[in-house]
Amino acid sequence: MSESAVLVEGVEAQAAQGDVGEARSLGADAWRSLRKNVFFWISAVLIGILVLMAIWPSLFTSTDPTASVLAEARSRPSSSAWFGRDIQGYDIYSRVIYGARASILVGVMTTAFTVLLGGAIGTIAAYAGGWADSLISRITDIFFAVPLLLGAILFMSALSGTLTSYFGVILKVVLALSLLGWPSLARLMRSSVLQVMPNDYVQAARALGASPWRIIRSHIIPNAMGPMIVVSTINLGAYIAAEATLSFLGIGLVPPVISWGVSINDAIVGLRTTPHMLLFPSLFLSITVLAFIMLGDAIRDAFDPKTR
Amino acid sequence: MGKYIVRRLLQMIPVIIGTTFLIFYMVFAMPGDPTAGKCGERPCSAAYIAKYRAEHNLDDPLPVQYAKYVGKLAQGDLGTNQYGVPVKDDLKSRYLVTGKLALMAITVEIVIGIIAGILAGIRKGKFIDNLVLISTLFVISIPVFVIGALAQYFLGVRLGLFPVTVTQKASFYELLMPAFVLGSLSIAYVARLTRTNLVENLRADYVRTAIAKGLSRRRAVGLHALRNSMIPVVTFIGFDFGALLGGAIVTERIFNIQGIGGYIFRGIQMRDGVAVVGAVTALVIVYLFVNLLVDILYGVLDPRISHE
Repeated sequence: MSESAVLVEGVEAQAAQGDVGEARSLGADAWRSLRKNVFFWISAVLIGILVLMAIWPSLFTSTDPTASVLAEARSRPSSSAWFGRDIQGYDIYSRVIYGARASILVGVMTTAFTVLLGGAIGTIAAYAGGWADSLISRITDIFFAVPLLLGAILFMSALSGTLTSYFGVILKVVLALSLLGWPSLARLMRSSVLQVMPNDYVQAARALGASPWRIIRSHIIPNAMGPMIVVSTINLGAYIAAEATLSFLGIGLVPPVISWGVSINDAIVGLRTTPHMLLFPSLFLSITVLAFIMLGDAIRDAFDPKTR
Repeated sequence: MGKYIVRRLLQMIPVIIGTTFLIFYMVFAMPGDPTAGKCGERPCSAAYIAKYRAEHNLDDPLPVQYAKYVGKLAQGDLGTNQYGVPVKDDLKSRYLVTGKLALMAITVEIVIGIIAGILAGIRKGKFIDNLVLISTLFVISIPVFVIGALAQYFLGVRLGLFPVTVTQKASFYELLMPAFVLGSLSIAYVARLTRTNLVENLRADYVRTAIAKGLSRRRAVGLHALRNSMIPVVTFIGFDFGALLGGAIVTERIFNIQGIGGYIFRGIQMRDGVAVVGAVTALVIVYLFVNLLVDILYGVLDPRISHE
């Protein structure tokens, strides 16, 4: 629903009461209610730990994830290897810690790209209007019609020979998911910009002679980006799951790269005899996805005045 | 209404052309020689390679190749795959299987998702609401391929309730567990979406009016609130159809289903471009028509939305 309407109401209410108390913007209000939400803090702490894991894995473990102890391959969790060992005799705990980097990188970078691309394209379409809007909307439809996973598989196989280094493959996954992920955000941004545009403050800024760039930057975007932020936080979890799915199919990250998707793919064959090999990587993957979805839910509730 | 449908069909033409070109480009940009391995262990003769390349227009520039392909497509000719079997015949049998799977998944998604959402929505904050919210969060955060492997192992192998894999004939009973796995993520989203919209609509003035004028709560909720709450849910299910067809790649791989997902995946691995483009193009066209159907459904659900 229209945040702009809420904002206008807020402004009107303030005008009616005169200058009482501090000015409370939508963002400040949202932060106020966010601070009281337990789920927000749980997810924030989880994400904090996961990001730290991605940046400095050696903080959490001193075991080398590529140190193979073949004699103990597939051994169950023990005091020497907390989560047990996998088929190659690698320490699963250490591999789970080191695997966080791929997932977090893919999630964060894809979200950043889709927000920038989708947000910019949606804003331009709505602000320009007319034939430019029609053209951009049709192009958006073209990309929107290709299902995410299917398109990502095609994209990955189209580039299968190139960029085979660690960051190269991650970049390819990010590009594949961004290329097909931006249209939904562009549509969302377009509709919220269209809601914000007719507001008085935008008209006032235009009447005062503000340039289009200034109107977009300091009036439209801050008021229209709420829904996009919420959706993209939830999407972040979905992108992480998509990366793991691509790795599971064998066309995303491949060994020797350490990633949860790769570990799950390796472990699924041994589900009947060594379930611990599957349990830990999927547990961490699920916790990560869960954390971002909870964060998105909390932010949405905070921005939606009706749930307060 | 008729005019609206015709306009939408006309708008769909550039989208179909754009999308198929996108797919065509990605598939035929795939590295690898399509004639490699066609003649067994020895290299193909130059004459055969020349004939093959001429037959598939491989020596033309990509846009010309594409134009020739679309020309044949318009006549209903999807070309032949690596083995000389017409892609159209392959697709016919494979689409029957995947279509059945997707329809079953959507049925499961609609029935269970909407019922769970309604139960949670009308008892907001009670036990059942929390149960639905927490269980859906779990389902969302576990990747589909892990759910699939776990279901296969526990329900299929351990308990023997369902067939572990699907045979060539793909009966209803065999497809039941794969359909649940494929639809699991969507069940969770549909339940949450239904709940959110129902809760919002239950607070609306028209529901209060309906109750005030003496309607039973059952009628007020079932007839008035529910119908309006269904619009976003129907939109989601329409968009989700494409995701289901794409997601079928993973599900079909786990349960060994001879459907379109497995066909596309095999095509990509075998560098069988003609088969991949044909299958994906058919998929995207089905997807676009489903979304047109969804838009027409809006008018049925909410008489305020007219297509005139």
